[in-house]
Amino acid sequence: MSKIKVATVWLDGCSGCHMSFLDMDERLIELSSQFDLVFSPLVDFKTYPDEVDLALVEGAISSVEDEHKIKMIRKRTKFLVAMGDCAVTANVPAMRNPFGPEPILERAYHENVSLGAQIPCVFVPALLEKVRPVHEFVEVDLFLPGCPPSADTFYTVLTDLLAGRTPDVASLTRFGA
Amino acid sequence: MSVATDVKTLVIDGINVSARADQTILEVARENNIDIPTLCHLDGLSDVGACRLCLVEVKGSAKLNPSCVLKVEEGMEVTTSSDRLKHYRQTILELLFAERNHVCSVCVANGHCELQSLGQSQGLTHVRMPYRNPQLEVDASHERFVVDHNRCILCTRCVRVCGEVEGAHVWDVMGRGIDSMVITDLCDPWGESSCTRCGKCVQVCPTGALSDKSKVGSSHPKYPEFLTNLQVMREASREGL
Repeated sequence: MSKIKVATVWLDGCSGCHMSFLDMDERLIELSSQFDLVFSPLVDFKTYPDEVDLALVEGAISSVEDEHKIKMIRKRTKFLVAMGDCAVTANVPAMRNPFGPEPILERAYHENVSLGAQIPCVFVPALLEKVRPVHEFVEVDLFLPGCPPSADTFYTVLTDLLAGRTPDVASLTRFGA
Repeated sequence: MSVATDVKTLVIDGINVSARADQTILEVARENNIDIPTLCHLDGLSDVGACRLCLVEVKGSAKLNPSCVLKVEEGMEVTTSSDRLKHYRQTILELLFAERNHVCSVCVANGHCELQSLGQSQGLTHVRMPYRNPQLEVDASHERFVVDHNRCILCTRCVRVCGEVEGAHVWDVMGRGIDSMVITDLCDPWGESSCTRCGKCVQVCPTGALSDKSKVGSSHPKYPEFLTNLQVMREASREGL
């Protein structure tokens, strides 16, 4: 039997969830014998494979690129986990929602710049009007709140998922945990 | 002299219990170690039935009743947990999270918030409704305290403690429905209001809406149990007179 194909994805998040994932430390070695990591910011693969069994998605959907990626990922993934508060609630990235993207870009690229101020518009994706959680774009199979979910939470959830069990997420973690 | 007490007997979750006629279902349930989740209720304040988390089923009634304002009746049969109640309680919490900007990860009350812990205890892992993301004010004009309307759930604990216990009635509610806001005086800045600076509202606030400036950025536990202690002391001093 071939190993379970696992991907991790980094959209609009701070990478804290990936850091917490790595905080599983030596337990990662034990877990990694059960799966192949086929795509991740932690490794060097450039393209998302056609068939992935389990994807952990960090980050909210903030730009047209995020939206394109999450739809492509959903099509190629059997079981999709919204990993962390940004993916689950849109969290800190969504704090711009009451204002819209323009004042944010203005603040970052004009008001606080003294020389050659310009809003980047080449090779960068356009921002969406509102930052939204993953499940407002595609179906999500498991929600894993937490900012970030702890390493212990990751270990329990992954152990359960790899064994074909459904983890009791609410007993492990919460919004902002 | 003995005072005759009107005692009622009823059934809560299949357990036979007895109660004084003036007690609520919530009081009697908690006396019998039956947990009903609450958010706007606080021991020591009047009950308003605002949050609806304490809804229970009563045999013979099609509608759900908030147990904090439901008086006991002889022969009542009450159910405090069922799939239907779980569905309603989760939905209420989801609506509260969706209504304003509750960003737990960067909230002063993270780890000490009743909304956050209820979300977890009621099994909430995400919010199905779209977030409204309203633009709301933070009033930091007070010397000691801050009100962040982004975190307010309109439980009105602050309004009740200020009026009923402190006797100042600085806090009240302005507007209707989704536009409702807690205000100080006639919607004046908190720092310019008739606030007595007692801080009771901050201690009873279940979320990060009201906070103490000296605690911002650090662990911010609240101690609402001061209220019942205060009442015991006040009663004792009244009896002493």
